[in-house]
Amino acid sequence: MLAFAIYISFAGALISALLPKGKPVLARWFALAVAVAGLAIAIAGYAAGFAQGRIVIVDVLWVPSMGIHYMLAADGISRVLVLLTGIAAVAGVLFSWNIDLRTNQFFAFYLALIGGVYGVFLSFDLFLLFVFYEIAIVPKYFLIAIWGSTRREYGAMKLALYSFVGSAMVLIGLLAAYSTSGSHSTALVDLARAGLPVSFQMWCFPLVFVGFGILAGLWPFHTWAPTGHVAAPTAASMLLAGVVMKLGAYGCLRVGIGLFPHGLDPWGFAFLGIGSWRDVFAWLAVIGIVYGALVALAQTDFKFVIGYSSVSHMGFVLLGLMTLNQIGLDGAVLQMFSHGIIAGLLFAIVGRVVYERTHTRQLAELETMHLSRRLPFAAWAFVVAGIASMGLPGFSGFVAELQVLVGAWRANPWWTAVSGIGIIVGVAYIWRALQKAFFSDALPTAHELEAEQAHKFAPITWPEITGVGLLGACSLAVGLYPRILLDSIEPAVKALLAGGMQ
Amino acid sequence: MNYAHLFLATLPETILEIAALFVLVFDLALLRKAAIKTRVAGAALLGIAGCVAALMAVFVAVPYSAGADLLLAAGGSAGVAQCAILILTALTLLLLIDCDFTRNPGEYVAVVLMAAAGGLIIAAAQDLLVIFTGLELLSLGLYILTAFNKQSGKSAEAAMKYYLFGGMSAAFLLFGFSYLYGISGSTSLQKIVHESYFATWFGGAPLLYLALVMIAVGLGFKVAAVPFHLWAPDTYEGAPAPAAAFIASVSKVASFALLISIGTAALHASGRYVIGQFVVEVTEHAARHMGMEGSWWLLLALLSVASMVFGNLAALAQISVRRLLAYSAIAHAGYILLGLAFFSYSNVSAAAILYYILTYGLTTIGAFGVVGVVERATGSDKLDSFLGLQKRNPLLGAVLLVLFLSLAGIPPLVGFWAKFNLFAAVLGVSGGEVPFSLVALALAFSAVSLYYYLQVLKRVYVMPAADETPIHAHPVTLVTLLAIAAAVVVMGCFPALLQSWIASFYPAM
Repeated sequence: MLAFAIYISFAGALISALLPKGKPVLARWFALAVAVAGLAIAIAGYAAGFAQGRIVIVDVLWVPSMGIHYMLAADGISRVLVLLTGIAAVAGVLFSWNIDLRTNQFFAFYLALIGGVYGVFLSFDLFLLFVFYEIAIVPKYFLIAIWGSTRREYGAMKLALYSFVGSAMVLIGLLAAYSTSGSHSTALVDLARAGLPVSFQMWCFPLVFVGFGILAGLWPFHTWAPTGHVAAPTAASMLLAGVVMKLGAYGCLRVGIGLFPHGLDPWGFAFLGIGSWRDVFAWLAVIGIVYGALVALAQTDFKFVIGYSSVSHMGFVLLGLMTLNQIGLDGAVLQMFSHGIIAGLLFAIVGRVVYERTHTRQLAELETMHLSRRLPFAAWAFVVAGIASMGLPGFSGFVAELQVLVGAWRANPWWTAVSGIGIIVGVAYIWRALQKAFFSDALPTAHELEAEQAHKFAPITWPEITGVGLLGACSLAVGLYPRILLDSIEPAVKALLAGGMQ
Repeated sequence: MNYAHLFLATLPETILEIAALFVLVFDLALLRKAAIKTRVAGAALLGIAGCVAALMAVFVAVPYSAGADLLLAAGGSAGVAQCAILILTALTLLLLIDCDFTRNPGEYVAVVLMAAAGGLIIAAAQDLLVIFTGLELLSLGLYILTAFNKQSGKSAEAAMKYYLFGGMSAAFLLFGFSYLYGISGSTSLQKIVHESYFATWFGGAPLLYLALVMIAVGLGFKVAAVPFHLWAPDTYEGAPAPAAAFIASVSKVASFALLISIGTAALHASGRYVIGQFVVEVTEHAARHMGMEGSWWLLLALLSVASMVFGNLAALAQISVRRLLAYSAIAHAGYILLGLAFFSYSNVSAAAILYYILTYGLTTIGAFGVVGVVERATGSDKLDSFLGLQKRNPLLGAVLLVLFLSLAGIPPLVGFWAKFNLFAAVLGVSGGEVPFSLVALALAFSAVSLYYYLQVLKRVYVMPAADETPIHAHPVTLVTLLAIAAAVVVMGCFPALLQSWIASFYPAM
């Protein structure tokens, strides 16, 4: 059943492209209907498969001569991420309600991207996964280049090329694994059973991990993320941070760790205390956490703050993957969900609620606008989102990051110790942004008050309230009752740790 | 010599030649007074009818041997390549209907058909003399087609350059052939392969290498491999759009089919031979490392790397879309040469290469079709004349999107499958470090190629139009282009369709 989320999205993209021009209202409602249908399918699929193992949805031979299967399946991890995609898709449509330029094309690219993302999370054939992974690249380019803002063509091209280089690395790994295994099948299960030699896994694992890691914001290959996020229109930055970066992390988990588990074995020698690819990538993740947070602290553009915070938070996902223990991996998957929701919320507030009214994102200029008084909804929504992002208890980020840190402590206490710095800086940059953008100390002068009366901001619209409510509620629900997702994630992670993709 | 047999073997070529003469007569005699549009449409339709008839004849054609020497093959790779040549020729003729560059459509179509007949001969040829005849027939046709726009100085210049380069490379090729004849005393490919094997055995290797280098020069020119590619950008830019499409597709298919014949012959030299008192056992493994194939693969690999690197990098700097397509063609030739350098004993590699070149040819014809329409509307093929195409003609914009993404190798379009197929075949031949690093290089450069394809698409979709007047395309052209784009999508979503069609030409393994 989950497979229909893919088909509906692609069909929606095609129909949206064919909708008559100059009727933005029709295109909006149509896209919302498609996104809600996808979400409904995701929820139903999640409920139906709750706490169950892997369920194969469809498995037919696609290219018989090469053993390529059209195999869609879902385990606990996939179902959680499909759910995230559904929520992010609906929220994204709500926050692009004000797109008037070539609306039908916007939603066509948007839905094509969503379809590709659903496809990646549901593919259990390496080849099929790769196909969907690449399908997601092109719509991103056009979404940013056409409807974006600051240096959009640069940001879009950089993003497309980084993604394509990453996927070329994955393709090399794919071809190598296919020809080395000799199993004449590209199904993940068959490739994992083929018993790829350890020496092969040793070089193929880092290749594939970095390939996917580029999209997950792995330091030092993260530089596409801030520029891309900032250039993108609100809905696209929500999707980029919310689900597209998760594609990379999911690939690292499903393909990197699942297919090449021996790539993480110790090398047999150590250099500066680093004795395996696991140490290398864990330290890169830790550096990403601290670096992203520190750079976010120094930004003058509001959206760049959120952009770099994404790099920092995705570092937790990658660190969680490298712990290779149950709690750390649970945390990593939960953090994917949590960051998807929270980053979406932050980008929505900054890009849609604030920027579309103030037409500036410079913190110094926002400081003089007294937004807490003029846009109380935005201010309070950002307070909630900021608290969630800092990782305060009660929100999803807390549970996820705590699990990652506990897992990391068990693997190597130093990882936890250093990433702790990232959390502290995380509080600082959110605090700084919150204060500068919304709660500045300066009292308005009489002259400013007059100007405010003359230029009132447009009122908050219902799609914005609905979107903020949806994302905030999701983060709160998962924070208060994390079992709702963890019961699904735990068995899947356990199975993955026990036998790779077999 | 049995002439009935020869006639049956060359039935497709004969039909094309008859059709060519028929087009000439029809155009000059019956339609002489008609409007130019009618004449173009009539000539093109007759030419297409000839292609269809020849296509049917391909399935009837039989191999032809003179004595023990095989001259013309039938079925297998030759059959696929001949079908591809005829289908692609018909498509380029469909694109002619909207064109107005010539007042002599009859001659144009006749030359196209004769050149295509040359292509058919090359695809089937198994003998040096037949190969050379076919190559010259094709090349002479291409020189004329390039120069066909008599009002354009660029067209004449391009044809002159093409002709001079072509003449020189033909001389190299013939020189190489003469050495091969000297080594083996035969012009039959199979015999040459056997004899060259013994030549290396008995110390004749240097002469063989010299011959192979000469041949690589000649064929490298035909497929536009670096460093013999200099004609390509000028020809692609100067030739009339349908002629450029023909050069980019049909001529490529024929040349690569020839390279496939050489590769297949070189590897199938295994057997047991008695020379004087020696008994020589040649295995597949030995055939890969000695004789012709021993140095041939290295030459091809060098050409391949040079073409991939140079073609992709040079394409980055182009501002003319035709030149961009030319450099991208050079890069694609590089990928295919990689498949030829690591050629499989079974027909996996041959099928993968044919899959690639067929789909590539199809995509390129579509791309030239769009370029041609835009050029007629804006008077230029510069990148900036594509500004706002999605607004000026949304269908053309969509077609260009599909075709260029396919060329860049984005799934689920057919260009991606072609690449995957080809590289999987390369790695299937040998899992060593050399083929692996070359495949990695090819994939890295296909990431580079995305940049220049996006440069065009950016102008079509992203940047605002300077001039928003709609661009009208002839319905036939539009339908053809839409059909090509649809084929690219459908074959990409169901790659097994084309694969099984190609496999049906080979005897079951």
